[in-house]
Amino acid sequence: MSLKYTEDHEWIQLEGDIAVVGITHHAQDALGDVVFVDLPEVGTSLAQRDIAGVVESVKAAADVYMPVSGEVTEVNEELRSDPSLANADPLGKGWFFKVKLSAPAEVDALLDETAYTQFTAG
Amino acid sequence: MAQAMAFQCPWSFFVTADTSLLTTPLHALHLELGARMVPFAGYSMPVQYPAGLMAEHHHTRQSAGLFDVSHMGQLRLAGLDAAAAFETLMPVDVVDLGVGKQRYGLLLNDAGCILDDLMFVNRDVMNGGDIFVVVNGACKVADTAHIHARIGSRCQVMTLPEQALLALQGPLAVTALSRLVPGVEKLVFMTGGAFEWQGAALFITRSGYTGEDGFEISVHAAHAEALARGLLNQPEVQAIGLGARNSLRLEAGLCLYGQDIDTTTTPVEAGLNWALQKSRRSAGVRAGGFPGAERVLGQLDGTASLERKRVGLIALERVPVREHVMLHNAQGERVGEVTSGLLGPTANQPIAMAYVQTKYATTGTLLNAMVRGKAVPMCVSAMPFVPTRYFRGPA
Repeated sequence: MSLKYTEDHEWIQLEGDIAVVGITHHAQDALGDVVFVDLPEVGTSLAQRDIAGVVESVKAAADVYMPVSGEVTEVNEELRSDPSLANADPLGKGWFFKVKLSAPAEVDALLDETAYTQFTAG
Repeated sequence: MAQAMAFQCPWSFFVTADTSLLTTPLHALHLELGARMVPFAGYSMPVQYPAGLMAEHHHTRQSAGLFDVSHMGQLRLAGLDAAAAFETLMPVDVVDLGVGKQRYGLLLNDAGCILDDLMFVNRDVMNGGDIFVVVNGACKVADTAHIHARIGSRCQVMTLPEQALLALQGPLAVTALSRLVPGVEKLVFMTGGAFEWQGAALFITRSGYTGEDGFEISVHAAHAEALARGLLNQPEVQAIGLGARNSLRLEAGLCLYGQDIDTTTTPVEAGLNWALQKSRRSAGVRAGGFPGAERVLGQLDGTASLERKRVGLIALERVPVREHVMLHNAQGERVGEVTSGLLGPTANQPIAMAYVQTKYATTGTLLNAMVRGKAVPMCVSAMPFVPTRYFRGPA
């Protein structure tokens, strides 16, 4: 399935009932060089829009929200040791964490690529 | 993430067409270079260029960076009484500053707290010249009013809104600038002189806000863009935004007015004792006689209480610690607050400035920074965090 987006500039990609989560190209561009990420603990259950982590550049810090409710099943340890992956490959190697969905219907309300592009242009 | 960004970021992220913002004479050049413009001190200013903050920071440390700092206030004080009058506003020796010499100054309020920090040069004020003053952009209107009100009857106070200010900073700044303006290489740190470039009058000081060797160039707005283009044409030089300016100055241990010093901090609390020359201290030849002198000199002498001091901090974990983060002692009691902090690109570790209770201000003291509810251990450390490389004369 294609990517879905939030107005908080996260993306998710579904792999079965697991969603991979990261920050968008637009978000990493606005932040600039990412130097630090704080990732949630595996096993934590969080509701949609809870703060799941933090991403920081030299100039700014931003919270990363849960795009959907669920349990964190995996975090990207490679990103933790090399935060610049969030800039270099935000939709690929720069993923943040994976979530086992507890309310799959939430996904339907997220933005598709066209809607997100319009959102960031506005 | 957008809301969190807007809340936590010192500069707003997204360009808005805010017509109330002022622009500098280099505005069109910034746009042409692809700068991301943000509101700063009432001006639309470049926070970074396409190279990005990190690359701009490293370029300045390794080569030469050009900064537009035209938002800053430039003033002239003239008249035979100007130096003596200016001294009544600051705990600093103005009268005995030699011709062509530059010095750091602090405007104080009557509580001895800091209204602004500034740089001034004696351009032969006792022989028909002036004292040339550069103040912070966000403070320039208030500073000018303050100076007028306090000493306007003793000297002429003239603002220079037609002057732009460019900074060229970095180890190769002298190479690049002397190619255009021969003779600047003879200046040493904290001196200044008049020069000319293609018919334009320049006033150049060898100083800056990065910890590197470098220059600040005052030039009429009409010539500013041509000069900036001339400098950017030099192979050593790249344009640098306010983002890197902030990380460079923090690594150099230099205060940002409004963040690390303000109207709640005295020079002694701020650890700026070096800026208070002996002549103005207790038992000096012109002791006191500035606003808040009793409190400031008392803190210096140890006869008035000194509740807190500004310190440098280095985090022992790779977690950035930003302004407004609270500092706790080992017992979990709040003993201070961070005023500036980031991951220093050259220092390559999280660095910060903070105010802490005086007994925790000793180098080597361990404190806990409370970041999102978690304790990040930090060590009180000497500043600068990166060795400064000012040019003090031929080796």
